[in-house]
Amino acid sequence: MPSLILRTATLYLMPMLLLLSAFLLLRGHYLPGGGFIGGLVAAATFSLHCLAFSAQATRELLRVPPVSLAAVGLLTALLSGVLSLGEGAPFLTGRWGRLDAGVLGVYDLGTPLLFDLGIYLVVIGATLSIVTSLAEEA
Amino acid sequence: MLWSVLAGFILAPLALLPAGPAARWRGWFQALLPLGLTLYFLGRLGAVAGGQVLIAHQSWVPGLGVDLAFYLDGLSLLFALLITGVGTLVMAYAGAYLHGHPQQGRFFFWLTLFMASMLGLVLAGNVLTLFIFWELTSLTSFFLIGFDHQREAARQAAMQALLVTALGGAALLAGLLVLGQAAGGYDFATFLSRGEVLRAHPWYLAGLLLVLGGAFTKSAQVPFHFWLPSAMEAPTPVSAYLHSVTMVKAGVYLLARLHPVLGGTPAWFWLLTGFGGATLLTGAWLALRQSDMKRILAYTTVSALGGLVLLLGVGSEAALHAALVYLLAHALYKGALFLTAGAVDHAAGSRDVNQLRGLARPLPLLAAAATAAALSMAGLPPLLGFLAKEALYRAALAAPVAGLLTALAWTSGVLLVAAALLLVARPFFAAPRTPRADLHAPTPALWLGPLLLAGGGLLCGLAPGLVNRPLLAAAGAAVTGGPPVPLDLALWHGVDAVLLLGLLTLAAGVALYVNLGRLARVPALWRGAPGWGTARLYELGVAALYGLARRQTRILQSGYLRHYILTLVGFAVGLTALTLVSRGLSPSLPGLAELRLFEGAVALMILCGALFAVFSPSRLSAVVAMGTIGYGVALIFVEFGAPDLAMTQFVIETMTVILFVLSIHRLPTYLPRSSRLVQGRDALLAIAAGGLMTLLMLLVLEAGGGSRVAEFFAEQTWPAAHGRDIVNVILVDFRAMDTLGEIAVLTLAGVGVHALLRLRSKAGEN
Repeated sequence: MPSLILRTATLYLMPMLLLLSAFLLLRGHYLPGGGFIGGLVAAATFSLHCLAFSAQATRELLRVPPVSLAAVGLLTALLSGVLSLGEGAPFLTGRWGRLDAGVLGVYDLGTPLLFDLGIYLVVIGATLSIVTSLAEEA
Repeated sequence: MLWSVLAGFILAPLALLPAGPAARWRGWFQALLPLGLTLYFLGRLGAVAGGQVLIAHQSWVPGLGVDLAFYLDGLSLLFALLITGVGTLVMAYAGAYLHGHPQQGRFFFWLTLFMASMLGLVLAGNVLTLFIFWELTSLTSFFLIGFDHQREAARQAAMQALLVTALGGAALLAGLLVLGQAAGGYDFATFLSRGEVLRAHPWYLAGLLLVLGGAFTKSAQVPFHFWLPSAMEAPTPVSAYLHSVTMVKAGVYLLARLHPVLGGTPAWFWLLTGFGGATLLTGAWLALRQSDMKRILAYTTVSALGGLVLLLGVGSEAALHAALVYLLAHALYKGALFLTAGAVDHAAGSRDVNQLRGLARPLPLLAAAATAAALSMAGLPPLLGFLAKEALYRAALAAPVAGLLTALAWTSGVLLVAAALLLVARPFFAAPRTPRADLHAPTPALWLGPLLLAGGGLLCGLAPGLVNRPLLAAAGAAVTGGPPVPLDLALWHGVDAVLLLGLLTLAAGVALYVNLGRLARVPALWRGAPGWGTARLYELGVAALYGLARRQTRILQSGYLRHYILTLVGFAVGLTALTLVSRGLSPSLPGLAELRLFEGAVALMILCGALFAVFSPSRLSAVVAMGTIGYGVALIFVEFGAPDLAMTQFVIETMTVILFVLSIHRLPTYLPRSSRLVQGRDALLAIAAGGLMTLLMLLVLEAGGGSRVAEFFAEQTWPAAHGRDIVNVILVDFRAMDTLGEIAVLTLAGVGVHALLRLRSKAGEN
């Protein structure tokens, strides 16, 4: 039976850790970070939840099976590569556009971000698939 | 024309849709596509008979110069009509034959795919396109033979057919490449016009032998004939369609197609007549020793294929024309007989000619079809088989080694007459021992196919003009390489040697059939040598292959993780050390004077962690100690200004410890079981690996600065990739393809672990 302290602490830590992982993912292209690190942080967060509660609880929290998450990530990454094919450019060529969101600021968005999102999901999905399977076995 | 081939591939998955109560109409529905294609090709009849060659080009892999090219002349049209026409009947037939079968949809899926592949093969306008479709027919045939995959025999037969034809296919590819290189082009337009060049080329014989390897395996020539009778494990519609009318004739098609460029040389003549003649005789003789209708038919098919190859080998105009008539006649009567055999099996529950009796009364339509087809096979007027046999004799009598070839043709003709009688006489017309009341009445789909095919044989025999000028003449032009000349097809040529030979054949055949029982009692004659050589050779070959696989697996895949690690690390250390020594590289040791307190402390922490991990009595504490090593490394990253690496290292290290803990706590308690010797070996290897790594790092530091990669990335990160963080830009842009591969591997690993653990826990529950 995991400790009550761990459980309570986990519930407080999780939102912040997940926020951190999203932050790392989004700033990736300009400052240290990226989908890989972000994904690992998120995976570690859910692993913590898994240790504090149970694999079953983590699965319910995720709602989708981790393996599907990984598959969706892989498809997202592929999709980001295919987008450039439409313009006759080679597979995986980076394409950039500017999004003007008015009060919220101006953002440069590109297919590498989509690719990073794919990596993020794959890392979370694959890692959690292994972690929850192992934890469930126990 | 492109779409006529692609339609099958595109529409085939429709068959996989669940049909519900409409499943009983599925056969008729599936027959619509071949029916439409038949009409399409009939519409091309006029143009092709006029000597036109229809060509379609679709660029496919322009970088390699490979095009999807299609080519429709008389020969292709003859085959295309056989494939689509018989295909229509077989689809409708299969709907009734497999009525209520749970995998019916899958069957039609493969059958449609096969039809499309076969069409592609005969319409291919480029030797490489031809090869691709050739292999597709082998593949689809594998799934069709093994359709009843729960039976061992069906699986073995499918594997056998695939191995034999795929080996031949490999030879064919090599042969086509050799010939294409020699001819200077792979398109038929070029290839077929370079006969002179090819025949005089030094590679001619090599190319010919390789191509024959492909054609002979596909068309079941001796000594590769054994796969065809085994393939009778397939459902009967498949046997009728693939193994008598279409796929096995692919080899014949190829030889006919290549005859204008490769034919006419002594090598061509002797190889084809030799193997064809041997097959003609062997097939007919072995057919008589069978009692299963399908196996009798399979061996007579082998015999007919031998006859076709023989005629193509002779190569005179008469012989080539004879081959075309024989081809059409055989397709019609053999298709009808196969479908009849299946319908009889469906109705009476047996295909044994020694068991079945008196089926003519309960199954009159099938009996009529079977009789007409068998008479055509025996070569009786006024059926098309008669014309084919006359043409065969006429060609043999005029051939270079007339005596031998005529004797061969006559002997096999006699055997085939006996086989035809064996097939229909007793099963349909003998008085039944007991009246049978348990016969299922066949549905129209089951008797329509055989009746139409047998009727076609009769019609073409009575009025050969129907197919002569529009179809066979143009096909003849493609095979001879000359202008279209109508074939000499007449039921009455007056009393000549050919007619006498035919009468003699019939008389001897009937005599042979009557005395078959007596013959069967001579064991030396009937049993023959046990195992006819090549089939046994195949078995030995496959067994040897399995043995080799098992042995090398036992050596290479011991199943012990420690052995794998030992091998991997040992090789890495050995090879790297070898390179270093052979290049004479040795680094100079840096002085310790520059070491700062922080670095020293971290190094001490790493060292302590490593020592603790090695000597710890518990796995769990060893894992945690390893974790401190990782954190130490991460601290060094931080110190040297690599925040990306540090962050990744921290998280990875944490995850590794979690994973270790999750899996280790299930293992039994750790006991130091290894002997001193083994421990010493492991320690030595570990020290060697660590030392080598240190050495390498020092060498890298000394050699540093030679590469411009780092500078390039630093300069190009913003202008080329719109990013500022070099590490991330490399991951998602410069080296995105690598990353894609890595995340694919990661996904697979996740799925793999999940599947392994889940499957084991499920097995544990049961």
